[in-house]
Amino acid sequence: MIKAQGLTKYFDEFLAVDGVDLDIPAGKVLVLLGPNGAGKTTTVRMLTSILRPSRGQAVVAGFDVVRQPDQVRRNVGVLTEHHGLYGRMTSLEYLAFFGRLYGLPAVEIERRSRALLEQFGLAEAGKKRLSEYSKGMRQKLALVRSMLHNPPVLLLDEPTSAMDPESAHIVRNAIKSLRTSERAILLCTHNLVEAEELADTVSIIQKGRIIASDQPEILKDRYLGYKIFELRLAGSLDGRLDRLPEGVTLVDRGNTWLRYQTADPEAVNPRLAAWWIENRLPGIISLSEVPRSLEAAYLAAVGASGLEVNHA
Amino acid sequence: MLEALRPSLVIARREVTDQIRDWRIIFPVVGLTIFFPFLMNFTAQQMLDFVNRYGAELIGERLVPFLMMIVGFFPISVSLVIALETFVGEKERGSIEPLLNTPLKDWQLYLGKLLSATVPPLFTSFLGMAVYIAGLLVTRVPLPSGNITAQIITLTVVQAVVMVSGAVVVSSQATSVRAANLLASFIIIPMALVIQGEAVVLFWGDENTLWWVVAGMAFLALLLVRVGLAHFQREELLGREIDVLNVRWIGKTFWRGFTGDARRFFEWYLKVLPAALYQLRLPVLIVFLLFIAGIAIGASLPGIYHLAVPANASLEMKKAITELPALFPMFSAQPLLRIFWQNTLVLLIAMLLGGISFSVFGLILVMITMVIAGFGSAFLLNTGLVTPTILAGFYLPHSLFEIPAILLASAAVLRSGAMLAVPDREKTIGEVWLLSLADWAKIMIGAVLPLLLVGAALEAWVTLPSVPALFR
Repeated sequence: MIKAQGLTKYFDEFLAVDGVDLDIPAGKVLVLLGPNGAGKTTTVRMLTSILRPSRGQAVVAGFDVVRQPDQVRRNVGVLTEHHGLYGRMTSLEYLAFFGRLYGLPAVEIERRSRALLEQFGLAEAGKKRLSEYSKGMRQKLALVRSMLHNPPVLLLDEPTSAMDPESAHIVRNAIKSLRTSERAILLCTHNLVEAEELADTVSIIQKGRIIASDQPEILKDRYLGYKIFELRLAGSLDGRLDRLPEGVTLVDRGNTWLRYQTADPEAVNPRLAAWWIENRLPGIISLSEVPRSLEAAYLAAVGASGLEVNHA
Repeated sequence: MLEALRPSLVIARREVTDQIRDWRIIFPVVGLTIFFPFLMNFTAQQMLDFVNRYGAELIGERLVPFLMMIVGFFPISVSLVIALETFVGEKERGSIEPLLNTPLKDWQLYLGKLLSATVPPLFTSFLGMAVYIAGLLVTRVPLPSGNITAQIITLTVVQAVVMVSGAVVVSSQATSVRAANLLASFIIIPMALVIQGEAVVLFWGDENTLWWVVAGMAFLALLLVRVGLAHFQREELLGREIDVLNVRWIGKTFWRGFTGDARRFFEWYLKVLPAALYQLRLPVLIVFLLFIAGIAIGASLPGIYHLAVPANASLEMKKAITELPALFPMFSAQPLLRIFWQNTLVLLIAMLLGGISFSVFGLILVMITMVIAGFGSAFLLNTGLVTPTILAGFYLPHSLFEIPAILLASAAVLRSGAMLAVPDREKTIGEVWLLSLADWAKIMIGAVLPLLLVGAALEAWVTLPSVPALFR
């Protein structure tokens, strides 16, 4: 649904995006992570045919971003970084305006507007002027606008950045529900928890270059090593543990606990439990995986890239 | 066609509704359409009473349409603010990007903005003029003639389009509302001068001249709309953030345009300059036709305006001519430089005027020179003050160099104006302007100035010292 190859953008001599490759099939969410000024917004603007790539090519919803800009825009819903609304309009007027620009029939605009406003908890504020909306409400309305024409491709730049936890939860649920077999979503965010929750694929962009791109779990494996597990024990080890079975690497230990790493937990963990009992070691209270954050993987990836972070 | 226009109308409707909801726009508009015409009515009445007392009814008669023009113009000038912020205002408020993401074509978006900035001021202008005319009827002040009324209404429309389209061009190219407001003086000052000129024409009472003004303004309006559409780019609108003067970039762009791909002077002279001259084929033809038309117009004037020839004119002229060798001594640098500088100055002014008017005023200046030359020649021949041989002696041989130089310089001015009105997706309007300036400089330095220098040398050292010989 979104396919980009070698997408590059120069602003005069400044290289903003450097050979970005993207492949987002229908039904998938790709999260673009990166510091400010990394090239996320420029990438989105190239995918919406607002900026013309200096090099490379991209096809969005089956249309070439350079040769078929009108068709691209017709099939893309964009939540922009700055979603300045028209303060003297009501939400229904605002949505009707954009609906007409997308060529939707009046009845359809009315039906979809009301349904989406209801879904995002904005129905009651329908008659308020937008200047009276809070920051989070504006953000939600901008998101509603991007979905109004039911596009097969959604490009969302910081969709929950200004929202309170409850609104952010509503929006995240909405994004999950939008992940249908017909729709591809590209989401730019700084929120790593959100990225972990929503992403099928995470691409880390730095200084205009994609430095890592994969499923969140694989990225964690790559940058944080294999999964770590923790054993909580009923009694003290008292120096009785002088070795561990094959495939198990000790990471840390205490008197009544230990942490280990393994590449193949499905095979290793049952074998370890059996070995533990066999060697009459203190009873196991719990065996659990130590959570690894995407944040740690992101920081590791950024650190490993060797590229200096360019904060805008 | 209507279907294609629909998105523009949607944009225009939203913006007009927005303007109507803004009290900061409504209050002045109401003031200018309701109270201001009454004030003008009162002024007209008082002025008529005053001038009639001294038997100067004519002034009063001319004042009434002038005030009507002012009543129509004021709402447009106030509404310039709306036009100035059409694009850049939305950019500053952050609402432009969602609009740019819609499937509208550039021209649809541009037209929508243009309409929304043109229609409300025009509506208020017409309303104001209607109130003014109603006031004239009530106070029994004689109404302007149908022709003048039609001229004023048409002028109001074209002036509105010129101002608004100019402001929309500024708005789509400026980096901030502040920058747009600063650049607005390039619209306000020329328009103020035009209005003063129109006032003179109105008081002069030559009704047909105003139609020429209407035609000229309509042409300028079309050019401005064309320029705006040609250089409207979504990318530029979003990409431009910095309005710091980048002298290095300006110098680099100009130098790149000026030198082309030449590395040495001879390479430039043999490759780049001929290529620039080749591009002037059509402009040269157009300017040549304009020259012929100018000379023909000038030559026809002595038949219309009969100037009296003083009895001693022939003697005076002979005396002046015999003094020429003393004034232009052979191989003296001073007269040569004076002639050279005079001609160069005219061409520089033509470029300057052309630069602010898409070459129109620049060409008019050069054409006026031709009209004067045509008039002078015809006058001297008609009155028998000179024979065709002597007249040819005045112009030859230096004109063989100076006329091609003026032709080339004028064609370069015409081309630089035309370049601005031609779409170029790869370049910004600033880049196009710099490159057109570089092209003009190429022609001037490579061809025009050398020709003018040779022409000035011939004029100072050959033509003028030789004229007395022809008179003997």
